[in-house]
Amino acid sequence: MKLTFWQRLDLIVRSVTPFFLTLVLVVLGQVPLHIPGFAEVAPLLPLMAVYHWAIYRPDLLPAIAVFFAGLLQDALSGMPFGVNAAVFVVVHMVVMSQQVFFTGKSFLIIWLGFSMVAAGATVLMWLLTAMFFSAFTTLDTAFVQYLVTVGVFPLLAWLQVRWQQSVLSQV
Amino acid sequence: MKNRQHLGHHLVHPEKGMANRFGYLGLVLAAFALMLLGKADVVVMERVRASVTDAVAPVLEVLSRPVATFDRLVDEANALSSLREENARLREENQRLIHWQAAARKLASENQQIKGLLNFAPGAEPGFISGRVIADTGGAFVHSILVNAGVRDGVAKGQAVITGDGLVGRVHGVGTRAGRVLLITDLNSRIPVVVEATRTRAVLAGDNSERPRLIHLPPGATVSIGDRIVTSGHGGAFPPGIPVGVVAHATEGGVTVKPYVHRDRLEYVRVVDYGLQGILDATSAAEGAGVSK
Repeated sequence: MKLTFWQRLDLIVRSVTPFFLTLVLVVLGQVPLHIPGFAEVAPLLPLMAVYHWAIYRPDLLPAIAVFFAGLLQDALSGMPFGVNAAVFVVVHMVVMSQQVFFTGKSFLIIWLGFSMVAAGATVLMWLLTAMFFSAFTTLDTAFVQYLVTVGVFPLLAWLQVRWQQSVLSQV
Repeated sequence: MKNRQHLGHHLVHPEKGMANRFGYLGLVLAAFALMLLGKADVVVMERVRASVTDAVAPVLEVLSRPVATFDRLVDEANALSSLREENARLREENQRLIHWQAAARKLASENQQIKGLLNFAPGAEPGFISGRVIADTGGAFVHSILVNAGVRDGVAKGQAVITGDGLVGRVHGVGTRAGRVLLITDLNSRIPVVVEATRTRAVLAGDNSERPRLIHLPPGATVSIGDRIVTSGHGGAFPPGIPVGVVAHATEGGVTVKPYVHRDRLEYVRVVDYGLQGILDATSAAEGAGVSK
């Protein structure tokens, strides 16, 4: 079947939405919510996108896209350039290497997998910033941030699954 | 069709795996290269950061508005419920402030006369630039905020940022329309301060926790819980006398300070231009990035 120009354009637009959504999550993560004590432990939203798309549609969010999302996160958050980029790429790599394991697994397993991946990502982020600033900070806040991130995951995962089923079903 | 794709996938897999692995290695190396570059050439990286921030600032500005509005609604609902007590409290406070006003007037005129006697040269009048907080960023590892005021509004690197409560931090990077403020709790924040009552000098050092620490206290100095900490003005970065916080803990192990400014309540801030030359020119900023304890 030959596609018309508009059909092809439609497909292209749909297929870039995972990357676009990841960028949106990066920006959303920066919005001040004025909740006491929240800013330090705000969930790592883009990490969830990286994880989700690496499991279900790695073709739509390749490593290079993840790298650039990480750079945007670095630029906006004020972290040293390259830290989030490295963390996101490593997460992508780890999830991709476990692709066979993740296929067809229940949500609980996916969530459990995320809790492990996020733990690794948090520790890696902590190590990289510690190396960059040559000063080790406490892991307390990072740990709370990790818990918040894992707690928020089901909501975002659900939204992303809905998106995948509706917008990306034909892509 | 599906079958063929499936087969193809399997056939291509080994080489693709190799290519993938190289791809990942390349990206991770690129990330590390950027980190090294960020260590070596702060100026370029900050410029890149400023332009990215500038590009995203309008989006953040729009996004942060409804949140702020909602927040204000909640605040107002809260205020309505406690209107009576609030009114009573304010009346009482007003009484007290009228006394203070009288005292201040008397002191001001006295001060004027004495300054006249001494031929005192007054310092430069500070200029203020107001900005709205459009992003509260960094999570657990970096404590900074973005304000919607940049070079075009007269903001420059190194300026002090305050609210009515006290010191927020200093301008760390600035783009055309947005500026990044490094909070006093950030790992890289070092503010020269004095203990207000005893005039003991120290440096307030952030460590990414909510309570920054006092370091470089002179030996034998005594600091007690509840002491007010204000900026000292040493080093030329900040004007003296901006309230910073109160001493929360004072033990042998160290002194921690509870800042007056709450990060979560920051909505509008003022960037203060006292016409002082910040200590943070490019070279010292580069050294500052590597400050250790």
